[in-house]
Amino acid sequence: MTSQQRQNWLIAVPVIALLLWSVIYPNAAVIAGSFENGLGHWREFLASPADREALRTSIVISVASVFASLAIGVPLAFLLGRFEFPGRRLLRAVATLPAALPPLVGVIAFLFLYGESGVVTRAIQRTFGMAEAPWRLQGVGAIVFVHAYTMYVYVFLFVSAGLERFDATLDEAASGLGANTWQRLRRVTLPLLMPAIAASMLLVFMNALGSFSAPYVFGGGLRVLSTQILASKTNGAMGLAYVETTVLALSAVAGLGLFRWLDRKRKYTLASKGGRARRTIRSRRIQRLTSIFAAIIVVALVLPHLMVVLVSFARDGSWTTQVLPPEYTLENYRRLFSESELWRPIYNSVSMALIATAANLVVCFVAAYLIVFRQFAGRGLLELLVALPWAIPATAIALGLAATFNRNDLATGRILLVGTFWILPLAYFIRDTPLVASAVESSLRQMDASLEDAARGLGASWLMTMRRVILPAARPGLVAGGLLAAVTAVGEFVASVVLYTHSNRPISMEILAQLRALAFGTAAAYSVLLILLVLLMTLAARSFEERLA
Amino acid sequence: MTAAPQAREGVGQGSERGTLALNGVTRRFGEFTAVDNVSVEVAPGELLALVGASGSGKTTTLRVAAGYEIPDSGTVTLGGKDITRVAPERRGFGMVFQHYALFPHMPVEQNVAFGLEARGVNKVDRLIKARAALASVGLEGAGDRAIQSLSGGEQQRVALARALVIEPQALLLDEPLSNLDPTLRQAMRDDLRAMLRRVGVPALFVTHDQEDAFAIADRIALLKRGKLLQSGTPEELYHAPISREVAAFIGRGSIIPAEDKGATAAVSIGGMKRDLNVTRPKGSASHFDNAFVVMRPDALELSRQPGVLAWRGRVVNRRFAGGVVVYRVELADGVIVDVESIAADAHEDDNVSISPLKGPFPLVPG
Repeated sequence: MTSQQRQNWLIAVPVIALLLWSVIYPNAAVIAGSFENGLGHWREFLASPADREALRTSIVISVASVFASLAIGVPLAFLLGRFEFPGRRLLRAVATLPAALPPLVGVIAFLFLYGESGVVTRAIQRTFGMAEAPWRLQGVGAIVFVHAYTMYVYVFLFVSAGLERFDATLDEAASGLGANTWQRLRRVTLPLLMPAIAASMLLVFMNALGSFSAPYVFGGGLRVLSTQILASKTNGAMGLAYVETTVLALSAVAGLGLFRWLDRKRKYTLASKGGRARRTIRSRRIQRLTSIFAAIIVVALVLPHLMVVLVSFARDGSWTTQVLPPEYTLENYRRLFSESELWRPIYNSVSMALIATAANLVVCFVAAYLIVFRQFAGRGLLELLVALPWAIPATAIALGLAATFNRNDLATGRILLVGTFWILPLAYFIRDTPLVASAVESSLRQMDASLEDAARGLGASWLMTMRRVILPAARPGLVAGGLLAAVTAVGEFVASVVLYTHSNRPISMEILAQLRALAFGTAAAYSVLLILLVLLMTLAARSFEERLA
Repeated sequence: MTAAPQAREGVGQGSERGTLALNGVTRRFGEFTAVDNVSVEVAPGELLALVGASGSGKTTTLRVAAGYEIPDSGTVTLGGKDITRVAPERRGFGMVFQHYALFPHMPVEQNVAFGLEARGVNKVDRLIKARAALASVGLEGAGDRAIQSLSGGEQQRVALARALVIEPQALLLDEPLSNLDPTLRQAMRDDLRAMLRRVGVPALFVTHDQEDAFAIADRIALLKRGKLLQSGTPEELYHAPISREVAAFIGRGSIIPAEDKGATAAVSIGGMKRDLNVTRPKGSASHFDNAFVVMRPDALELSRQPGVLAWRGRVVNRRFAGGVVVYRVELADGVIVDVESIAADAHEDDNVSISPLKGPFPLVPG
């Protein structure tokens, strides 16, 4: 074994061991648990109409969410990427806004707007003098509606990036060969964007499958796998919960495999030196129509955010049957900062997110460095380990942790974390590992591998090479990945709802509790605070990056 | 490639071949004038090279011809018919892009057949024609291959086949050889010229490499900062440049101040004055107040012996170039000339004498 190889293993073994222990072990425990009495739990699952319905509904919702997101995201990306019209910049600025809403906050905003007693619902009901609300925000339709609003952003971003990288000369070549606009779109543009579209479809599918907040709040009597798992756990039917978790994880992996298979034939990548210039819409009429259309979308995109802000100033208990909340106050915010019980969740969320993100930065940097620059036998395993949590729905991750770290037993590598503060940071760390690792990896891949050799050749020690060459190259990925991890962790809901305790409850759980107590104003104030925290972290990351660049 | 493909509509399709002409074309991008009042003509079967450094406007000129740019003033005509505002998809021109712009998601055959597909030619016919076109560029049986599996030279041939299969009214090529490695490039020059001549339509190609232009083109149009400096045969540009700028760009050589005496010009270096035979640019003034002669390396002679009427100098650089050795010699007054010589016995720092051969030497105004 050369010294280089020894060094590789010295760094790799702790990282691999940590990930095996925190990612593989709990999930293996879940699968093992599902077989604890042979096939008994599986028979129970198959015999339960509720579970069969849950599986079917989960898949229907996921597929419908994919197509709804495509229907919004693709046209919007084309409109903003290819055309110039008054209002384009504003629309572009707000197009990714839904992604800035923490999952539960988006759901609440929709409840305030389009719920049975929501502002839009009531306004329409009053205007047309209807006896009842014109619709009920419930069931599959409501869930897909919310999913489309929050998840179309993936499609939009992927397709926009694809259009930007799109080689404009291919389009010109096609037109020179006699192809008209429609032929070019069908034969050249869309096929070349397919990889981007497929990747975004996969992302939406995985998110929708693992989604918890929308089905939990709008489901009504509807069952989906993720909520079913929590129900089984709450009822103490852990064996059944294990089976449901395994099925949910398998569905996700099956979806991943299906999309990989669909995309298998692609051998090309989009790479070009410049996209096409945006075309100004010439016809005045179409230009005006486009601008009106853009204005409507802008309002629809911004409305949820505005609604949460508005309700955060509503006096708790005052908003009953009116269209808009009748009384406004600063009381909600004052209480958040003055009452220790209300301040507690904020402190919890921020500290847990910071701990998880710090751990992510260290572990993912080392992992990405090993993956990108080192050749050793365990590299493939390491790659799999950092990517795996992405394919496992958060509910499944959480249940795995609950099943594994519920007692101290050093012989089997278990320590008691359930019920302690540390279980949630660990869950956040696992969820965010793929995000941070891939961000750092892509930064490091842009670095010329010979730079490391050059530094060593100039006499720099390993430590100096790390500090002066590798870390600076990884920095953009560390900042971007760290920001994403912190933002996700501070608003995390899906894993938290399975694992939280009263003392470490995060903001998302407190929002839900306030909502249940009909304290809409307080719930909204928490939501606004969460949005501000996300904004603050984004600005901090940006200014940090600018100062260093 | 026999019967003309079914034309949807468009100019020139099916009509007899005509001359492609740009008449006083100007194209501005904001404040920047990329092409400034350029006129060129290319007859059927003729190969015209647009030559210039980067930023000279040659690619924009080509894009105006192709219809991707609409000129701010001036017209584009084909066989006398104004096509300035006809969209590229209606022009029926074959274009070969610098990076070939082959569709990465289609195999070779579909790439070549794309123009026929756009014209609504049925599947069987377009396949037959695509195969014939591939054969004509020496790529028989490559139809099923993926674009990514092709070498640079093969990609170039596919791009050419794709442009040829639509039986274009004109062929436009943007730096067709710039992406090839030097050996392949030499071979492709000859192939390209042969193939373009066979098609018999006006062919306009852009290059920054004058050797490509010399090897392929019948005529050359030299552009600088959007303006047409001179157009003519390669020989005309080489032997009778109309300006100092043209002389500096085309061929190698030193441009040395001279005193214009009509049929001759006097060149004085370090006090040693020689009268040289000169050729004057066609239609130029009868006398240049400020004149220069162009001394090409093949118009000078190097000797190790001091000659009575020769300029003395010192070899500063020596480069073996196959059959000859090219010496860079510093003469008096800081004048530097390149000399080709079959004598290989001079070396750096040797003192040599340089004398002009019979000429004539190109004379240009300053």
